[in-house]
Amino acid sequence: MARTISFSTALNEAMRLAMQKDENVILLGEDVAGGATVDHLQDDEAWGGVMGVTKGLVQEFGRDRVLDTPIAEAGYIGAAVSAAATGLRPIAELMFNDFIGSCLDEVMNQAAKLRYMFGGKAKVPLTIRTMHGAGFRAAAQHSQSLYALFTHIPGLKVVVPSTPADAKGLLLASIFDDDPVIFFEDKTLYNIRGEVEEGFYTIPFGKADIKREGDDLTIVAIGKQVHTALQAAKMLQEKGIETEVIDPRTLSPLDEETILLSVAKTGRLIVVDEANPRCSVATDISALVADKGFDYLDAPIKMITAPHCPVPFSPALEDLYLPTPEKVLRAAAEIIGDETIVPV
Amino acid sequence: MTVARSQSIALTKEKARWMYQKMNEIRQFEDKVHEIFSKGVLPGFVHLYAGEEAVAVGVCAHLTDKDYITSTHRGHGHCIAKDCDLNGMMAEIYGKATGLCKGKGGSMHIADVSKGMLGANGIVGGGFPLAVGAGLTAKLKKTGAVTVCFFGDGANNHGTFHEGINLAAIWKLPVIFVAENNGYAESTPFEYASSCRNIADRAGAYNIPGEVVDGKDVIAVYEAAKRAIERARNGEGPTLIECKTYRNYGHFEGDAQTYKTPEEKRRHLQELDAIEKFRNYLLASQLCSEQELVEIEQNVAKAIEKAVTFAENSPFPTEEDLLRDVYVSY
Ligand SMILES: Cc1ncc(C[n+]2csc(CCOP(=O)(O)OP(=O)(O)O)c2C)c(N)n1
Ligand SMILES: [Mg+2]
Repeated sequence: MARTISFSTALNEAMRLAMQKDENVILLGEDVAGGATVDHLQDDEAWGGVMGVTKGLVQEFGRDRVLDTPIAEAGYIGAAVSAAATGLRPIAELMFNDFIGSCLDEVMNQAAKLRYMFGGKAKVPLTIRTMHGAGFRAAAQHSQSLYALFTHIPGLKVVVPSTPADAKGLLLASIFDDDPVIFFEDKTLYNIRGEVEEGFYTIPFGKADIKREGDDLTIVAIGKQVHTALQAAKMLQEKGIETEVIDPRTLSPLDEETILLSVAKTGRLIVVDEANPRCSVATDISALVADKGFDYLDAPIKMITAPHCPVPFSPALEDLYLPTPEKVLRAAAEIIGDETIVPV
Repeated sequence: MTVARSQSIALTKEKARWMYQKMNEIRQFEDKVHEIFSKGVLPGFVHLYAGEEAVAVGVCAHLTDKDYITSTHRGHGHCIAKDCDLNGMMAEIYGKATGLCKGKGGSMHIADVSKGMLGANGIVGGGFPLAVGAGLTAKLKKTGAVTVCFFGDGANNHGTFHEGINLAAIWKLPVIFVAENNGYAESTPFEYASSCRNIADRAGAYNIPGEVVDGKDVIAVYEAAKRAIERARNGEGPTLIECKTYRNYGHFEGDAQTYKTPEEKRRHLQELDAIEKFRNYLLASQLCSEQELVEIEQNVAKAIEKAVTFAENSPFPTEEDLLRDVYVSY
């Protein structure tokens, strides 16, 4: 049975189900339980993560399986890598993806490499959940979207969900996957609501979701930008243009086929990615289509991304930094060759 | 380890007045930001320093604009103690073009390099190596400057704490590491997260002096900082000072603070208040009169009101600012 729940409740539910199903699943991170060793604190009053996403898990599974860590990312993320390699199935929370600077070695040189370097004799069933995304007025060190960094590294899988239902199914798939997965949660999506099935289900990696079908234009969008794309698609529909919106959902592995088939049908591609533009997922998907789908194209590929600058704090600047439906419409007008599409 | 309390001091009247003014500026600034934030006017994350004034002020009382400090996500107090402009600070928190960082940094990144303030920092533990680098510059260029690295109890478990202090120790750099042990890192108690009884105990591992100080006693902090800064200026290397303190508000604005007990809150906010304690001292020692203190408090209140008006009336940055200052040249 499906109910309408929030993105953050869907994630919480996925972790609860995983921990019920397999006692090897543990959760560790800063304040994921909260208030460790505080006598008066009932576990249901504990933080449950800085955004409350892991609330209630310590109550059900106890502090042996829901571990608050010191602020020592290299230490506990590295420990989670090895715990995974030796029999546990940890979910490690890296509060903000920006903090990867404190533990990149553990992810890039340990988690990503063990299996290959050891000739296939190790596996690292680790999920690192981490918050990303601009729009929260959280400034340059708490707003980045760094999924391209991880997509670049062989051995890591990378997941960026855009809806509550996808978030739940993809998180369960991540936890029970035998490879290290970096799971991105956009902090501005936690409160969006959507229909989510009860009970255990997984969504396979490498399977894009077509969020909306159309014949005139393909938009591939990442994470929260799927919603920007859908808004743009609605505005375009009013101008008589049918847009196909594709959410890759996993960036590694990437569902190349769904993207290429769509461009073969529409002949036009816009990629919407709020990360910085150089060496990005936007350039990666554009290169894919230029390389394997050049003959399908009727117009140049367009990328709507952040500019090449850090995320600014001021709301006035951050609003300019992010992609918007209007920016998408301007690009659509250009490649369709119809200036009347642009909103005035 | 014993907790150092103030003993004999030689505070000039001028210094005492400056310290009382700065402590009041911090308290009133933070109370005001708390009030405005609760109305939903201010964007982003805000971490308030109220309750910890004695630490920033007791230490920075020894510094000039030539000396450096590194700060934390809880940086407003360090900024004020380092004499940063209140109008520019408030405007920054509002995200205005007239802010100290032209609206690009916000509360968590407030900085003014011209004042030796190397920035609040969104990365816990980010300040240690930055302080070491500033210390290296001072040593090699023989500027005579010292650098103070403020950090929280949570940060003392981060790898950069250990790497930074070790570097400063082997190179005998003029750096003072000042722990602000307010008992919690977000909702996690210091006692849970740290294997040491005191942060200062860790100094022994790096062969540098470590000292625990009552961080609510501005004179005790002032004295400990004086000793450490003299050592640093004499080329004797770094010191680790741990100030036991308390944050009066939540970790960030919006924190329900369920991990605190009502009793500890009452004790800290009512009995152990650092400003009240210093005020009583100033009166008892006859360094200041009641009238002088009231005057300082009132002037501070006016300055804070002025800062809010300045921030509210300032313009936001515009599109040309978005790509400015990514590089010096590109
Ligand atoms: C590397 C890194 N990890 C985690 C965080 C999230 N975070 C911000 S402040 C904080 C607690 C810091 O505690 P403490 O050092 O005691 O400073 P206090 O807030 O008490 O002043 C945490 C975990 C961060 N900003 N940077
Ligand atoms: Mg603390």
